[in-house]
Amino acid sequence: MPLAEVRDLYVRFVTREATVYAVNGVGFTVRPGEVLCILGESGSGKSVTLRALMRLLPARRTQIRGSVTVEGQNVLGMPRRALRDLRGGLVAMIFQEPMTALDPVYTVGQQIGETIRRHTGCGREAARRRALELLEMVRIPSAARRLDAYPHELSGGLRQRVMIAMALSCSPRLLLADEPTTALDATVQVQVLILLRRLQRELGMGMIFVTHDLGVAAEIADTVAVMYAGRIVESGPVGQILNAPAHPYTAGLLASTVHGQSRDRDIDAIAGSPPDMRRLPQGCSFAPRCPLRMAECRFAVPEPRFPVRGHMAACHAVAHSSPATQAAVTPTVAGSRATISAR
Amino acid sequence: MIRYILRRIVYAIPIAFGVSVVCFSLVYIAPGDPLQTVMPPDATAETIAIVKHAYGFDRPLPMQFLIWLGRVVTGDFGVSIATRRPVFLEVSEALANTALLAMFAVPLAFFTGYVMGAVAGSFAGRWIDRVVTGAAVVGVSLPNYWLGIVLVIVFAVEYMVLPATGMGPSGSTAFNLAQWSNVQFLVLPVITLAMIPIGILARTTRAAVAEVRNQDFVQTLRAKGLSEWAVTRHVLKNAMPQVMAVMGLQFGYLLGGSILVETVFTWPGSGFLLSKAIINRDVPVLQGTILVLSLVFVTTNLVVDLLQSLIDPRIRRA
Ligand SMILES: Nc1ncnc2c1ncn2[C@@H]1O[C@H](COP(=O)(O)OP(=O)(O)OP(=O)(O)O)[C@@H](O)[C@H]1O
Ligand SMILES: [Mg+2]
Repeated sequence: MPLAEVRDLYVRFVTREATVYAVNGVGFTVRPGEVLCILGESGSGKSVTLRALMRLLPARRTQIRGSVTVEGQNVLGMPRRALRDLRGGLVAMIFQEPMTALDPVYTVGQQIGETIRRHTGCGREAARRRALELLEMVRIPSAARRLDAYPHELSGGLRQRVMIAMALSCSPRLLLADEPTTALDATVQVQVLILLRRLQRELGMGMIFVTHDLGVAAEIADTVAVMYAGRIVESGPVGQILNAPAHPYTAGLLASTVHGQSRDRDIDAIAGSPPDMRRLPQGCSFAPRCPLRMAECRFAVPEPRFPVRGHMAACHAVAHSSPATQAAVTPTVAGSRATISAR
Repeated sequence: MIRYILRRIVYAIPIAFGVSVVCFSLVYIAPGDPLQTVMPPDATAETIAIVKHAYGFDRPLPMQFLIWLGRVVTGDFGVSIATRRPVFLEVSEALANTALLAMFAVPLAFFTGYVMGAVAGSFAGRWIDRVVTGAAVVGVSLPNYWLGIVLVIVFAVEYMVLPATGMGPSGSTAFNLAQWSNVQFLVLPVITLAMIPIGILARTTRAAVAEVRNQDFVQTLRAKGLSEWAVTRHVLKNAMPQVMAVMGLQFGYLLGGSILVETVFTWPGSGFLLSKAIINRDVPVLQGTILVLSLVFVTTNLVVDLLQSLIDPRIRRA
């Protein structure tokens, strides 16, 4: 059974002024212990997809369609109580900005302890002991002292470690990480990334990792999904995607990183800019910027094609291979884990 | 933390000094001669000079200030020109009467305003928010002397269920909180006084709560699986420092006594005393009252500062 499965996910934000079509038919699968990297430019719907996995979107303005299952449970349909047990329990999330993602007026120990008490029902003392263990697990120096620190007293890297400790406090099976290293200094980025990957392996968690950064994806991912304008335009094993991209958008992303620009910048080597999510073009959303554009691209959203078994690309310019292989969208990739270079 | 408290207290001293300079000189900036009202119109220049000398009004201002300050520090505020009673007695009696009103108006205003604002802020944009915000605007915009008069007309004149003015039935000497015959005199002035603070507090709390609810960490709390109620507790604690700043101001305002409301209800509090002192040009009383009220403000601010820093540790660093 897959750990998490998303099918035909559509998310729209409806306000009086406009409707934002943030996610338009996304689907993917994460197996236990597997790391899926979602890549894409700013505004392509990565965060919205991730939040949908926990139904964390503002209920009143959001319309969600499709199905999201985690360990067989229907996330979009479950009652609020069950949803709260799932959040922070089965599924946990790490956010991009460690600066603002922690409550400024509670100590680190209180915030971690609160999560533990919420999900295990244990007492304050036990929660505090467990919080201390967690801080040690994420390698926070002099953890006992830091337990009583407030977030503003910690550096960005330590704060992100606290976020990780909090997310892992109730042993989630699935960890959602929304650009967890983007806001950090380059050296700290690498440390946090190594820590995350080590913990993910040790605890055998599945992880969905959102990033702008192809280098990060190469280091941490088993499979990669590339998003553009709320759709997954290409997905497959990390080696396949990064070495032999089939979609012209992915190829453009790769070409722009080769030139060694700074990691936290948006990829801007592809001419033009992403479409307005309130008015998506009728056909392929990438068509206006695409070097391989053909006549049909303007009218029809491309169906998924599978140039290689397990490698999907939604592009009119990509040839179909035999239809029998289309079943596996995200295969396991034994042995093809990219490895982080030694410290 | 102890060091922070000490530092704040030390900072309050020059403020208190500045305040005393200002209230001492304010009286001299205002037009009118303080002796004019007590002297008979046909008094000779000689007599006037003697009285002036007796009150010390003929010395240079800085000297007058220092002499005044020296006595004030020992609790001697001089003697009222109008009543010849010690200013200290006048002020402390009036302040006690106003405090009696504040004792009820403060909890009423704080509780009502805070609850209204917290609910509105938690449901920002929904109908309940609009209702509360509308009510708060009305509360703030009603002139309170007008509201007081309307309440008197309705409850004292039309229905005759509550007394209109004063502090107790004629002949009663002390205010007894255990007796309805005394307490009924509190009802209308307390409601009148509380109305504006309720509106102000409701609006401030609403804004603070709504702002905090939009901060990133609220999403983290939800992602931890906390209930809406637990999330709201975090939000309220974060909004508290802002709310307390306004509570401090309103506390000072209520303890200062409202000239208009106390005049409408002839409540012999500090506002009433102040207005009498202004009309009579009773300089010692004016100075004493303003000084004491200002010190109440300074102290309230100090306490609010300390409470804020207790809730939000980031304030301590500043
Ligand atoms: N609550 C919301 N209400 C309205 N529109 C929203 C909301 N959240 C996101 N959007 C819109 O949905 C689109 C996708 O946003 P999303 O945050 O998923 O992008 P992203 O891929 O995570 O980008 P980034 O890399 O900048 O984080 C954007 O156009 C954004 O403006
Ligand atoms: Mg994002």
